[in-house]
Amino acid sequence: MNLLGKLDWNALPLDQPIPMIASAAVALGILAVLAWVVIRGYFPYLWREWLTSVDHKRIGVMYTLLAMVMLLRGFSDALMMRSQQAIAFHSQGYLPPEHYDQVFSAHGTIMIFFVAMPFLIGLMNFVLPLQLGVRDVAFPTLNSVSLWLTATGALLVNLSLGIGEFARTGWLPYPPLSELTYSPGVGVDYYLWSLEISGVGTLLTGINFVTTILKLRAPGMTYMRMPMFCWTALASSLLIVAAFPILTATLAMLILDRYLGFHFFTNEAGGNVMMFVNLIWAWGHPEVYILVLPAFGIFSEVVSTFSGKPLFGYRSMVIATMAICLLSFMVWLHHFFTMGAGADVNAVFGVMSMIIAVPTGVKVFNWLFTMYGGRIRFETPILWAVGFMVTFVIGGMTGVLLAVPPADFLLHNSLFLVAHFHNVIIGGVLFGAFAGYEYWFPKAFGFRLHGGLGKAAFWCWFIGFYLAFMPLYVVGLEGMTRRMQHYDVPEWRPWLLVAAVGAIVILAGIVCQIAQLVVSIMRRDELRDVTGDPWNGRSLEWSTASPPPAFNFAVLPVVHGLDAYWDIKQRAREPTQAPSELRYEPIETPRNSPTGFVCAFFATAMGFSLIWHIWWLAIAGLVGAWATFVVFAWRDRVETVIPAGEVARIDRRNREARFEALAVRTP
Amino acid sequence: MSEIRDVPATGDEFDRAPGEMRLGRSGIARGVQGYLIGLVLAAGLTAASFYFCFSGLIYGPAVPAALVALAVAQMGVHLVFFLHITTDPDNTNNALALAFGVLIVTLVIGGSLWIMANLNHNMLPMSKIMEMQR
Amino acid sequence: MTAEHAIDPNGIGEMGPKGVAATGRGAGGPASKRVYVGYGFWIFILSDMVMFSAFFAAYAVLAGATAGGPSGRQLFDLNNVAWETACLLLSSFACGLASLAAAGRNALWFHVAMAATFTLGAAFLGFEIKEFAGLAAAGDGPQRSAFLSAFFTLVGCHGLHITAGLLWLLTMMAQVVAKGFRADILRRIHCFVLFWHALDIVWVAIFTVVYLMGKAP
Repeated sequence: MNLLGKLDWNALPLDQPIPMIASAAVALGILAVLAWVVIRGYFPYLWREWLTSVDHKRIGVMYTLLAMVMLLRGFSDALMMRSQQAIAFHSQGYLPPEHYDQVFSAHGTIMIFFVAMPFLIGLMNFVLPLQLGVRDVAFPTLNSVSLWLTATGALLVNLSLGIGEFARTGWLPYPPLSELTYSPGVGVDYYLWSLEISGVGTLLTGINFVTTILKLRAPGMTYMRMPMFCWTALASSLLIVAAFPILTATLAMLILDRYLGFHFFTNEAGGNVMMFVNLIWAWGHPEVYILVLPAFGIFSEVVSTFSGKPLFGYRSMVIATMAICLLSFMVWLHHFFTMGAGADVNAVFGVMSMIIAVPTGVKVFNWLFTMYGGRIRFETPILWAVGFMVTFVIGGMTGVLLAVPPADFLLHNSLFLVAHFHNVIIGGVLFGAFAGYEYWFPKAFGFRLHGGLGKAAFWCWFIGFYLAFMPLYVVGLEGMTRRMQHYDVPEWRPWLLVAAVGAIVILAGIVCQIAQLVVSIMRRDELRDVTGDPWNGRSLEWSTASPPPAFNFAVLPVVHGLDAYWDIKQRAREPTQAPSELRYEPIETPRNSPTGFVCAFFATAMGFSLIWHIWWLAIAGLVGAWATFVVFAWRDRVETVIPAGEVARIDRRNREARFEALAVRTP
Repeated sequence: MSEIRDVPATGDEFDRAPGEMRLGRSGIARGVQGYLIGLVLAAGLTAASFYFCFSGLIYGPAVPAALVALAVAQMGVHLVFFLHITTDPDNTNNALALAFGVLIVTLVIGGSLWIMANLNHNMLPMSKIMEMQR
Repeated sequence: MTAEHAIDPNGIGEMGPKGVAATGRGAGGPASKRVYVGYGFWIFILSDMVMFSAFFAAYAVLAGATAGGPSGRQLFDLNNVAWETACLLLSSFACGLASLAAAGRNALWFHVAMAATFTLGAAFLGFEIKEFAGLAAAGDGPQRSAFLSAFFTLVGCHGLHITAGLLWLLTMMAQVVAKGFRADILRRIHCFVLFWHALDIVWVAIFTVVYLMGKAP
């Protein structure tokens, strides 16, 4: 029995310069960071305060950090594709097909699962309990487990760069190409295990958020007094709970085919390849709404805050959100109109896909009406919001065009499709994530991000996006298929060159964002947020200090209406004084726990060993993960009590700083 | 909110965990009775399913429909008698979550069956396709 | 921290005589742990049902894909299924009695009922493993055809859930012995009971759709 399964020295890409250099660079970078952490003695602090933290604020920050780092990896793949397509006219370019296939597969997988999902989940994690006026999410330790399982998935995908290979099937591995017969290597296995593991994490997050939003809210916060971001987070989390099990099941079926010789999707013995396509898109369509709904919520918050007006049409926004949630489960066939369903099926799903544009349109009009008549302060977040409105509407319109089955028969799998989904994902999800990042950064860290660099980043992204993707619409209409490693149609060339330039401009935007972060950290004292409310916000998170204390609220706020904090501020300006003394009580907070980190460690071992057929290690990993849970379940001390005096001290200090900044005197 | 000690919240009077029973003093006896009724009903419905499948009492092509109806009825018995899901206002969250779950399950199974039947109708049998490849 | 104790931290002054009324729409402040842990687990169970539905859909689509091999009509033994159903239903009933015993904090009856639940559940598993082993030995394992792949996966997935449940059951019995009916242990027992009943509901679907419809003339 080979102790290392299929793993041997051939797994290293010694004959391929690009992955060799890339993985060497990444490995060196990681080692350098680890060395710095250890030498400076930061590791005990990191372990105690971050890696074992079950605080939603810390977990949210770590999710967002993961997303931003993975954005760099996914974007490098994008640069490689754009440059390859710019060069490869009547030439093979510099990326051989086997490598190019892995690049576009990794690009899609990483961007969806390890950039967009963690970014928005991180923002939701940080903001939800603060907006709901409670101390944490429903299941804090489970939250930590979710984070670290997602990180495991990201780690496994990145390991494939240096050890073995990645899938060559695209970001959704359609059989029979993804079956063992046609993909005998480890690439598809890396994909499958990485997503099965991180999928569990995401599902647990969905359960956590649904429970938090429905069962844990401040006194007085009825459903119709929740901030709009909470509604969209609820819709998104319900979709996670409903859709991710389908992904788990479908990938499990493919795993069974590959590992145990089952025949779900094989060509022989009765397998049905189209069933994979059907089931994976039954997950895949709700997935894109899982991504975009929280972004819509962020825009609702940003638009109302920076227009200085309450959100227009709150009730219709809620109905539209829940309608989108429901309808998103009824359109999935539009991803495979061309694959043999009859006209009746195509017609039904085509019409449903057009109908889902209606509630989205309602939301866009409500944002516009919110801005109309307001006093708009053009800070960076609202630039992202306006950029989103223009860009997403264009993307949405091309979506409605694609929803027409006869049109889709020409445009399916062309670059028109690629341009459409990037239009809505970048314009919707990514712009939303960036807006949220700018908006809530001061709350998380106590100082704002540099405004000028933020605006520069926005303009580079905005202009770069249009340069990079509008030409793809043209070239798609001219007949270019997606994922082409080389081509010889001269009409396409100029457009692809413009697209490559666009990618460079986006790169400039990313550089601006990195610079913004560095400069803001260096100048944090100038950019300090002392009031906790740098934007004159409307919801409860702005009533806490920046950053909030571990327990969020010393005394849970009582909510009397929509825009709870705005309500409080308005009334506080009337001659009613803030009470000089609150009655503080001791606060029980859940103890930090290594459960998440340790569980993910075993999950990584299990995933890696299953990929490489190292069966003994897989069993050890499984046993270890199970043992972690049993140990966790056996603990007797689960909470730390913060004594009333300590709560009082922290809260008084925060209130004093705030009142001083606001020039409010207490008697 | 404590982990180890049970600290009730204000809203508890109006909010029930799923599966929670509100039993009073003589509660245990009533509880056992509830479970017994559920057991008998479920056993009866199961026996009926097995019986109607083969007895020929139901018109042949209608047998699947009858089986589905009996299965749904038995699931209902489980939900009411074992899981205590009711239409009480205290149970609203639980019932709504269940309704959502049922909707998704219906969409996935029903939608997949409709789509796959349509696709299979238009597709050559796999063996013919493989033949074409050679 | 209950709403009755919630004072007016921002001096707004709009409090009724009893503080904010708890309307049951969650406006009474955060729910108690007992309620929201149960609810969270209920949501998890629903997600599990969706996963089963994906396997059901696959089974329904592939039920006819026997690739020249045997179909359900030839393979299924309804006697076995009847025994399995009886075991699981009685196990569910025993589990309900266990939850009553826990509610009454009666350790003896709790352990008796849980032991009965375990025995009946293990019997169910025994019948199922016997069926699977028999099929595999006859060359009708999951690698034989798409129909058999789907059958083994759907029914096997349920069996894996039962196995996990049995392990959880033993852990809960051990925890009650070690720590008594502490609040967090009661919450977990409650979650286990929900899980066990849900698995019986899935079995109702399985024996109807897979076995009875497969065998119906």
